[in-house]
Amino acid sequence: MMESSEQTHYFVPSPSRWPLVGAAALFCLGLGAALTVNGLGSGKVLLALGFTILIWMLFGWFGDVIRESLNGVYHGKEDMSFRWGMGWFIFSEVMFFAAFFGALFYVRTISVPELGDITHKLLYPDFSAAWPLATGPGITQHYEAVAAWGLPAINTLLLLTSGATVTLAHWGLIRGQRRQLVLGLLLTVLLGASFLTLQFIEYHHALTELNLTLSAGAYGMTFYMLTGFHGLHVLLGTIILFVVLLRVLRGHFDEHNHFAFEAAAWYWHFVDVVWLLLFVFVYWL
Amino acid sequence: MATVTDTQHAPHSHKPSGLSRWLTATNHKDIGTLYLWFSFTMFLSGGVMALCIRAELFHPGLQFFQPELFNQFTTLHGLIMVFGAIMPAFTGLANWMLPLMIGAPDMAFARMNNWSFWLLPPAALLLLTSFAVPGGAAAAGWTLYAPLSTQMGMGMDMTIFAIHIMGISSIMGSINIIVTILNLRAPGMTLMKMPMFAWATLITAYLIIAVMPVLAGAVTMVLTDRHFGTHFFNAAGGGDPILYQHVFWFFGHPEVYIMALPAFGIVSHVIPTFARKPLFGYTSMVYATSSIGILSFMVWAHHMFATGMPATAQLFFMYATMLIAVPTGVKVFNWIATMWEGAMTFETPMLFAIGFIMLFTIGGLSGVTLSVAAVDIALHASYYVVAHFHYVLVAGALFSLFAAIYYWFPKMTGKMYNERLGKLHFWWSMVWFNVTFFPMHFLGLAGMPRRIPDYALQFTTFNEIASVGAFCFGLGQLIFLYNMLVSIKYGEPAPQKPWEGADTLEWQIPTPAPYHSFTEAPDLEVAENGAIRAIKGGQHH
Ligand code: HEM
Ligand SMILES: [Cu+2]
Repeated sequence: MMESSEQTHYFVPSPSRWPLVGAAALFCLGLGAALTVNGLGSGKVLLALGFTILIWMLFGWFGDVIRESLNGVYHGKEDMSFRWGMGWFIFSEVMFFAAFFGALFYVRTISVPELGDITHKLLYPDFSAAWPLATGPGITQHYEAVAAWGLPAINTLLLLTSGATVTLAHWGLIRGQRRQLVLGLLLTVLLGASFLTLQFIEYHHALTELNLTLSAGAYGMTFYMLTGFHGLHVLLGTIILFVVLLRVLRGHFDEHNHFAFEAAAWYWHFVDVVWLLLFVFVYWL
Repeated sequence: MATVTDTQHAPHSHKPSGLSRWLTATNHKDIGTLYLWFSFTMFLSGGVMALCIRAELFHPGLQFFQPELFNQFTTLHGLIMVFGAIMPAFTGLANWMLPLMIGAPDMAFARMNNWSFWLLPPAALLLLTSFAVPGGAAAAGWTLYAPLSTQMGMGMDMTIFAIHIMGISSIMGSINIIVTILNLRAPGMTLMKMPMFAWATLITAYLIIAVMPVLAGAVTMVLTDRHFGTHFFNAAGGGDPILYQHVFWFFGHPEVYIMALPAFGIVSHVIPTFARKPLFGYTSMVYATSSIGILSFMVWAHHMFATGMPATAQLFFMYATMLIAVPTGVKVFNWIATMWEGAMTFETPMLFAIGFIMLFTIGGLSGVTLSVAAVDIALHASYYVVAHFHYVLVAGALFSLFAAIYYWFPKMTGKMYNERLGKLHFWWSMVWFNVTFFPMHFLGLAGMPRRIPDYALQFTTFNEIASVGAFCFGLGQLIFLYNMLVSIKYGEPAPQKPWEGADTLEWQIPTPAPYHSFTEAPDLEVAENGAIRAIKGGQHH
């Protein structure tokens, strides 16, 4: 008799229309976005259509996968594939953030200091380099930076706590303690949602009181792009965790078979680590 | 296995028919075929643009196109060849051959595999239709340098979103390749035994996952600079156009290895097969490939010697670039050593593989020349560079693809291609390729800049030669198309193993490869480079 690690058969799904639907969705989104950023009204319609199709596809596709999982077609090998796949997906996300962190380090250590040094005095006589900048060398907008030890510090605490609660939930899952699992997950989702709420308040504060916008030069652009993309990932992570919570409530997972839960947890930890880097390099130092 | 319950089989695992076979495919062979035809179509469209460029450059002065349109042709030619032709062609081959070579039932994520493919036509549509929008297609060169790319019309936005979509596609494709190799090798097919092609696609896939997101970041910054007021590439806000080049080339240099490593993998099978000798130095090939996977992240600024970097940075990137030539040199010597005293025959795949080695080496050497910072400052953005990268991309990547197609054609289709036409295709391409691109070295050395529709009179003769060569080269690709189409239909039936010296797993299964191969993993005894010594079990249908 063979262990699952020596499993000789691997599940290959039958033909599926979802990939094609997904491609149509991305086409609408791509074209729609290109039209929208150029102020063409029809773009919004395409964007809406694209999102609708995408959501339809996500429901259909994940629905298929969940059904297959519940029917027991996945074994050790398939599970291992999912794990590798998720790991490499997260690696690609890391590299996406790396591009923006690279831009941040570049403007902080190279372009802003250079623009303030003697070689640029002719071009920008009044500009002196500093970080965070209060204005750009060639722009007139004055703004203030976001303080680290207010909402951002609280948000750090929230995310760190959520990392702990999701681990608690995981322990609950492997030990078969359902209450702990549900409670831990619920807390994690709530913490994620509070993080997003606080970030919303922080953005509002920055936009209305600090005069800090995306167009406020090197500080503003790196601030909003990094925290904005991170925020989107928190949003996505929260949604994923919420879906996992719903699936837990329906009894989809047991102590051996719960890849979706772990994938969500890995994703959440990844988002957590990115935030720590953000806190240090965008807000604090 | 204790119980093989029916749920383990997909409900309909027989061959679907009609259009839906392709639209909803989850079969790695079908998806591989889709990739290959798509990339050939893109190769022809990119080729037509190249011929437009060459037609315009046949004579000095403007004859056919306004400079704006000319720039759009160069840009889209580059983008389409890189992202539409070469990369998808390698992914298609990996799709077809990886599972057969390592004894896997299919790719690890068969449905996602299909999504990876079907994202490509929409992206290509965005690129091609962008010619028709106000302002035309992107015209900043395939590198999309800021501040050119932060100006321009809507075509640039379509290009940006097309790049996003192609990026998603190639990342998913790469995850699939990596997981298939790491998780689905048949028992006995260990990492240090598996075929070089598997190693090459593994490292390539890792490079793609590492750098496509960085490109996505770069074009996203261009997008927000264009429409949302950021100043990433604008000194007025504290940014810097040079920042774009850094981010882009952090992607861009690994990208050239993304187009080169799979070629190395292919050649590492074709040469041993037709030299009837095992690959020389398999282990060193694996290490050379892996070290390129690391070194290629440390050389990007050799594209930026002319931007006024500090001298220390120039020196660092110069020496790092020379260093990366070492593993590539190891490979070239290994291939030559493989041929040494081999019982060689010169079927079409072998011809293309040998052509590859010769011409890729020329391209590699002109690359080492360019890596000398002092030389590059003179040659940067000249036709010398155009010559250099076409030696590695056309005679490198493209020739290896032809070698691969001819080599595996019998296994894929069950038919033999026409050998005479194959040889004609090779010699035709070999001659006209050199006629086209070798004079470009001279043009560059004499100072002709790239990406211009007009030039000084003294460059005329070599440009004429190059243009004639380009049209002949382009025409010759129709020989290939004709050969493929006719042979698929009327070719001689191919035996299970048409090449005497071939010893990898794909030659141990029937020809044409059954629709589902290795639905049960076989037990293998394997020697280096995936050579099969013994095989037990493994079912097909
Ligand atoms: C059919 C054979 C081909 C011909 C005749 C050809 C011709 C040309 C010419 C004349 C240029 C540059 C012109 C200029 O700088 O003004 C060019 C640029 C380029 N080609 Fe090709 N090409 C061919 C195939 C390929 C292939 C297979 C690739 C593979 C990736 C490729 C990649 C590029 C790239 C990346 C550029 C640079 C575009 C830019 O400057 O932004 N070409 N080609
Ligand atoms: Cu490079």
